[in-house]
Amino acid sequence: MKNENLYNYILGIADNSLILGQRLGELCGHGPSLETDIAGTNISLDLIGQTRSYYQYATKISEQEKTEDDIAFLRIEREYKNVLLVEQPNTHFGYVMGRQYLFDVYHLMMLQQLQFSKDETLAAIAKKGIKEVSYHKRFSGDWVKRLGDGTAESTAKMQEAINDLWRFTAELFDMTDADTAMALEGKGVDVSKLKEGYYKEVTALLEEATLTAPEGMYFSRGGKKGVHSEHMGYLLADMQYMQRTYPNMEW
Amino acid sequence: MTITQANIDAHLIPILEQVSDPEIPVLTVLDLGVIREAIEVAGVVSVKLTPTYSGCPAMDVIGDDLKAAFEPLGKKVQVELVLAPAWSTDWISEPGLQKMEAYGIARPLSESADKEVLLADAKKVLCPQCKSTNTHLVSQFGSTACKALFKCNACLEPFDYFKCLK
Repeated sequence: MKNENLYNYILGIADNSLILGQRLGELCGHGPSLETDIAGTNISLDLIGQTRSYYQYATKISEQEKTEDDIAFLRIEREYKNVLLVEQPNTHFGYVMGRQYLFDVYHLMMLQQLQFSKDETLAAIAKKGIKEVSYHKRFSGDWVKRLGDGTAESTAKMQEAINDLWRFTAELFDMTDADTAMALEGKGVDVSKLKEGYYKEVTALLEEATLTAPEGMYFSRGGKKGVHSEHMGYLLADMQYMQRTYPNMEW
Repeated sequence: MTITQANIDAHLIPILEQVSDPEIPVLTVLDLGVIREAIEVAGVVSVKLTPTYSGCPAMDVIGDDLKAAFEPLGKKVQVELVLAPAWSTDWISEPGLQKMEAYGIARPLSESADKEVLLADAKKVLCPQCKSTNTHLVSQFGSTACKALFKCNACLEPFDYFKCLK
């Protein structure tokens, strides 16, 4: 493929949105309250909408005859490029909001750079996404604060979620070969430069939420290279079931 | 800012006015400002459609409805989804906003007032039923991506608020 780096770069961004969208979609009808249930599915819808824009663009630059559905549903686990953070399960509501907040802060920072991409399509998707993701971050940040600075039990559960999810945050700032090549061309974002600002912002919010940012942590990596956690296979089995069972089905 | 009439062929407007938003049927696609361009060349109508939110499922339906509206006239429709510039609630026309209020959905406030009501519990959203501003936010997210859920403290009716998007 002529534009292999661009193709891989797009998938790297889009897969995060797809997999997190899938995780949030699992909550549909299972949220702890009607409002949070609706919120989860609304955020999921935004993320999957963004994913579609990215995949549709990827199909245009791919030289293979692929549809957006092929890209979403017919790859094997090793071919998904999402970070480990977004595939972590919906252990409890504190995890869902913690995972969301830790991703939203990164996501917004990344899109705020991507809107200046020399690639017009990526810039347009980013500009549209910024409006949506700002709202996601507002929501997830509010919940981290509310649970963190809540009852003894909610504080303990929120801290537990942050402690468990923290080890997945460093991977967000790793540069893949496609990332490096696209950043050099002015089309992609050098995410390694976002790291300092990210931890500053997250730590400040955690303090406000009377929580502690973990220190001296071992960081897990691999998702960007297709080496996923044990949760990913189950997620894909669920997500891909319809396309695998009824090939080429459409809604 | 109103919708860019300049990009829409005048003779197509009466037909486009028959196509409404599937979620808010009182609004036509022109009221909503999602049609960025509609030009007819040799019996083929090219429409540029912009989504309100990236994942808005109404877009697919609107695309199909556009085709159905032009079909009896023997015109083919090519719909292209455009993302830039990103849609803004400023593009909803004034008659559109009035129809929306009459339908029971509160109109979007200015960007700063929108932040105050969604973040700081300011009482500024006008209840579409009794016109009181003594209203409160129930949920930041509502029945569709573009709305938040409110309740009026005066008449106790719940209602949708169309979120400001800029």
